[in-house]
Amino acid sequence: MTSAEKNRSNLPATTLLIKGGHLIDPAARIDAPMDVLLKDGRVAEVTAPNKIKSGANEKAEKFDARGLIVAPGFIDLHTHLREPGQAYKETIATGTVAAAAGGFTSVCTMPNTAPVVDSVEWLEWLRQPERGAVVNVFAIAAATRSSKGATLTDFRALHSAGAIAVSDDGKPILDDAIMREALVLGGELNIPVVQHAEDTRMTENCSMHAGARSFRLGLRGMTAAAEASIVERDVQLAMHIPNARLHVAHLSTADALKSVRRGKRAKARVTFEVTPHHFTLTDEDMRDYDSNYKMNPPLRSASDLEAILAALADGTVDAIATDHAPHAAHEKEMEFECAAFGITGLETALALAVTRLHREKRIPLSRIVELFTAGPAHCFDLRGRGSLIRGSIADVTVFDPKKKWTFDAAKSRSKSRNTPFDGWQLTGKVVATIVGGKIVYSA
Amino acid sequence: MNPARGSLLGIEHLEAAEILKLLKFARRMNPDKPRPLLKGKRVLLLFYEPSTRTRSSFEIAAKSLGAHTILIQSAGSSIEKGESLLDTGYTVRAVGADIIVIRHPNAGAPYLMARHIDVPVINAGDGLHEHPSQALLDAYTILRNKKTFKGLQVAIVGDIFHSRVARSACHLLSKFGVKIILCGPPELAPDIATTLAPGVRVTRHIEDALRGTDVVMLLRVQKERLAGLTIDLPEYIARYQMNPARLKMAKKDAIVMHPGPIIRGLELTSEVADGAQSRILEEVRNGVPTRMAILARAMGRMR
Repeated sequence: MTSAEKNRSNLPATTLLIKGGHLIDPAARIDAPMDVLLKDGRVAEVTAPNKIKSGANEKAEKFDARGLIVAPGFIDLHTHLREPGQAYKETIATGTVAAAAGGFTSVCTMPNTAPVVDSVEWLEWLRQPERGAVVNVFAIAAATRSSKGATLTDFRALHSAGAIAVSDDGKPILDDAIMREALVLGGELNIPVVQHAEDTRMTENCSMHAGARSFRLGLRGMTAAAEASIVERDVQLAMHIPNARLHVAHLSTADALKSVRRGKRAKARVTFEVTPHHFTLTDEDMRDYDSNYKMNPPLRSASDLEAILAALADGTVDAIATDHAPHAAHEKEMEFECAAFGITGLETALALAVTRLHREKRIPLSRIVELFTAGPAHCFDLRGRGSLIRGSIADVTVFDPKKKWTFDAAKSRSKSRNTPFDGWQLTGKVVATIVGGKIVYSA
Repeated sequence: MNPARGSLLGIEHLEAAEILKLLKFARRMNPDKPRPLLKGKRVLLLFYEPSTRTRSSFEIAAKSLGAHTILIQSAGSSIEKGESLLDTGYTVRAVGADIIVIRHPNAGAPYLMARHIDVPVINAGDGLHEHPSQALLDAYTILRNKKTFKGLQVAIVGDIFHSRVARSACHLLSKFGVKIILCGPPELAPDIATTLAPGVRVTRHIEDALRGTDVVMLLRVQKERLAGLTIDLPEYIARYQMNPARLKMAKKDAIVMHPGPIIRGLELTSEVADGAQSRILEEVRNGVPTRMAILARAMGRMR
């Protein structure tokens, strides 16, 4: 943070008037020039330009948003903040600063840490002010003890302690009975079970998508079926368990998409996210065994990517999520097959969405904003977020959809540099990130 | 990525003209008439996997050119203590390596080395990916026996999926318009293999592969790489084993090649391995001049 940012974030949360911007709030069906007044951590007023009632107006700190898009604060459903236990990759402090720079006012942190977050104690530890979070951190707790897939955690206690969802992310819940039980219990508590859909019995020793490219490179490939079969099973379970809520993490294949579409048509409570890298890159893009292209699920085929783009455009996809997965250099600069899975993503997500989805594929900005706001808020039931209607929490993201810039991984706020997008020229940049009425990032 | 000049990471991105130049130069190399092209140079042989032919042949090739060779194997080195591939690379570079020859169980390992180390890196086989020096010595052997690639048909029979030899051979032969027929059961010769290079097709039938074929290249079923895949060996033998009767389906003057190690009684019978059409030991012999050329090229001495 610059010193100016620091000073501002230290101000008491009072009033902030965001003036002259173009508000996109899909949940409120607003896509028009609007002023937004934030007061005491809430949205106090949303009005046509210059129509904010005087009084509040005069005392308020003003933010000039002319030429910029004002949106509800972005929510990332899938972030690895790496604490507890892996602070050498990322900390809650560094990860949330990166999130703020990417326009995210809320991140949902995954429990596959060391140790796994499967207890109330660790949930409380995550929330302590010493962690230094600069954006909202929502915890996803492990679905099974130590994420071993054998015994469910205490969903009720974890939920009461603040967990917004359960997941064994990084690993799937393979056992049918355990997954069923998780969906039943999650349904009773009205929390989603987040599944990393990968039949690991089919993906042993695999390091990329199974296709012509993996054959050529001599790398064992993960088949699309390894994802699709688990998604199909989970959707079937969700369709038949009353109130069950299934959220499919980082969906990457056309076949899995078909299952999700079927579930949605049947009115099952099935939601899913896709990542910026899965709508931007394919398995053909990896060069010279560069492990910055290694993630799980892997980059898929061009036809998978086309199917995902169609689902982003037609409204089927619920959310864009980053799967921000920082790793230290020594864990990535290895033989491709040995390198860790995962890439960072918080700081490039919006720009990739604007560049690929809006500018190239002509998907309206309002839809893109929805995928970062109302969509994810709905998936995990984050009340008061994802919209700027009066009374909501004063989380706001301001961005310039036309700004061209070059992403320099070396200047990333994340502790790690593992990204395939280093040096990419992108369009769309976050200008300010406001959490609870306070500016936590400004460009 | 800019590997040091003279590196040989694979056949895929090598141009046909460069291959011909290398093969031509190899014809002038003779281990019995040493030439001090690499006098005083240090060739580091970094072997992370067992090897008989490739290792000894690189070693003899380097020595025939006047270079020193230092062999590092995973057992008995810091690799065993958990040193990373790159750190081993930095170390041998610091020690004074002029050329690094690397054999590694992971595809792409030589690429990682070449990305970070500023001396030529020669891929002596990386996982399931490529084995460029083998493809070059096989091309050398084919040319010695068939004079030209023009109009040739090559059948590669066996475990294509796990074979870096097959991948490199397909890339190389395809660059010269050779018709390549891959033959084996679907688990070992998947249809996707046709995407490897132009002119490659896949068949399940040995007769189909052999009819009109000039070169029969056999591959070992790599039990150590099957990773859970189960192959019905008696069934494999029944359908694909090369025996004298089957070999008769190929052209009369067809030659039999195998990168070794051969497993007698599995992918081929002893009659075929030791028969008049077999060029298996000639391949091994040809490995030395071919690798002399590869090493000379690495140091810019291929003139």
